[in-house]
Amino acid sequence: MNRVTDPAAAPPGAEPSAGAPTGGAPPAAATAIDLQQLTVAYRTRTQERFIAVSDVSLQVREGEFCVIVGPSGCGKSTLLKVLAGLVRAEGRASIRGETVGSPRDDIGFVFQSATLLPWLSVLDNVMLPLKVQRRGDRDRWRERAVALLEVVGLRDFATSYPYELSGGMQQRVGMARALIHEPSLLLMDEPFGALDALTREQMNAELQRIWLMRPKTVLFVTHSISEAVFLADRVVVMSARPGRIVADIPVDLARPRDVATIDGARFGEISKQVRGHLYAQEKHA
Amino acid sequence: MKGERWLQYGGPIALFVVLISAWEIAVHVFKVPQMILPAPGEVVSALVDGFRRGIFQKHLLVTGQEVVVGYVLGVTLGIALGAPIALSRTVELVLYPYLLALQTMPKIALAPLMMIWVGFGIESKIIITMIVAIFPVLVNVVVGLRAVDPDRIALVRSLKGGTWAEFRWVRLPSAAPFIFAGMKTAVVLSLLGAIAAEFVSAEAGLGYLMSQLMFKLDTPGVFAILALLAAIGVSLYMVADWAHRKIVFWDAAASERWSSGK
Repeated sequence: MNRVTDPAAAPPGAEPSAGAPTGGAPPAAATAIDLQQLTVAYRTRTQERFIAVSDVSLQVREGEFCVIVGPSGCGKSTLLKVLAGLVRAEGRASIRGETVGSPRDDIGFVFQSATLLPWLSVLDNVMLPLKVQRRGDRDRWRERAVALLEVVGLRDFATSYPYELSGGMQQRVGMARALIHEPSLLLMDEPFGALDALTREQMNAELQRIWLMRPKTVLFVTHSISEAVFLADRVVVMSARPGRIVADIPVDLARPRDVATIDGARFGEISKQVRGHLYAQEKHA
Repeated sequence: MKGERWLQYGGPIALFVVLISAWEIAVHVFKVPQMILPAPGEVVSALVDGFRRGIFQKHLLVTGQEVVVGYVLGVTLGIALGAPIALSRTVELVLYPYLLALQTMPKIALAPLMMIWVGFGIESKIIITMIVAIFPVLVNVVVGLRAVDPDRIALVRSLKGGTWAEFRWVRLPSAAPFIFAGMKTAVVLSLLGAIAAEFVSAEAGLGYLMSQLMFKLDTPGVFAILALLAAIGVSLYMVADWAHRKIVFWDAAASERWSSGK
């Protein structure tokens, strides 16, 4: 059996969408995500208008790792749900020029809890997107799923069931699942929020490694400043309810980043900057 | 842990031996007439005698058919009716009052009517058994299909999955533990339904045989059938429980971990 060393290697049936980079450096100008004056409002039971996200405009470049950081309840997760087509919004949200109105089949979503299906084996969980989207050619997809499990370090657990895995391992499966159908956009909603600090750092390093193997556009939501600075090309700071963008900070740290990066002076400077913006708006409130 | 295991199996058996011995001794000491309360030994000989003469087998087969066929029909209908109620608000709102009325009504009371409609044979008992088995399954299907982790639904939707994908990959397996809980309740009720329907009027079956023996004041025979019914009930329940563990293995695995945790 020939082993697939690069899980990014030509997935069967998935043709790269027009304009998307096929690996390597992304074209400078291509915009992957475009949010224009986006407002999300809910009606509460008492018919009050509750504004979760207010007038957010944000552009994310193709291949960029963009992290949104903000206090709990600032609507950062809501932004991801709008992009995933799960929540309706006023204003315009588009992915590669196409307005988002309903879910798309080229998005990988990683949830806060791993959200694995307990009745499926690890391998079947990873392959769920293909089953839901009824893509053919099971055998070759299966090979890719095994390769992805190897990337996340769980090759030996393909036939295990979720309840046999630790929280960190479950979230690795969740990441493999989000990547299986070769999405062009990865949306990550505080994926490591429920993990302990040490596991969380390991997962951040892991995610960076996977992302460097195959750079793709990522929109990552967190409330951890160090996680944001460690992962991001760019940190977007959001304010508390109603969520607005208050700062947009480029992160010029070299990759791959590691523990030394975190201890470095530049990391501290950027973290301080992000923290400053987060606390500044707290005083306003 | 080891002591607990011993208690789980040894305890009930020890209690059984004590109770049966006490019963046997009490009957002899107080000279209770056999017609009122036969000694365990007399019940056992009635049981052996019934099987030797082939009477028990014959009636057991009839009741067994009623229970199994009625149960399978009831479970199938429970799922088939429960799914649309759980998934459609309209269906629920229209059917709810009728379901409530049917559920609160003692369904055994339909037995005389069924005799008039379909006769005194096995068919009327199957229908009663079926009606009795439907409700616990139906209620659990509705609860189960709704008690779904919203994140799992969001997962399927984010993958562009439709209603069918939601049902196939998330709702149905999520509901499985509930459905099996309903099926286990239905097992016990099915037996009850078949026997009660036979009491009303029948041509064969253990319930019919029991009422015949009662008229002859054959109390040991009645006790023998009671023991037989208990054994059938426990066996059917164990089959359902085994299927539950096998099919909804993740649920069993989860509860196993639960109970083994200190």
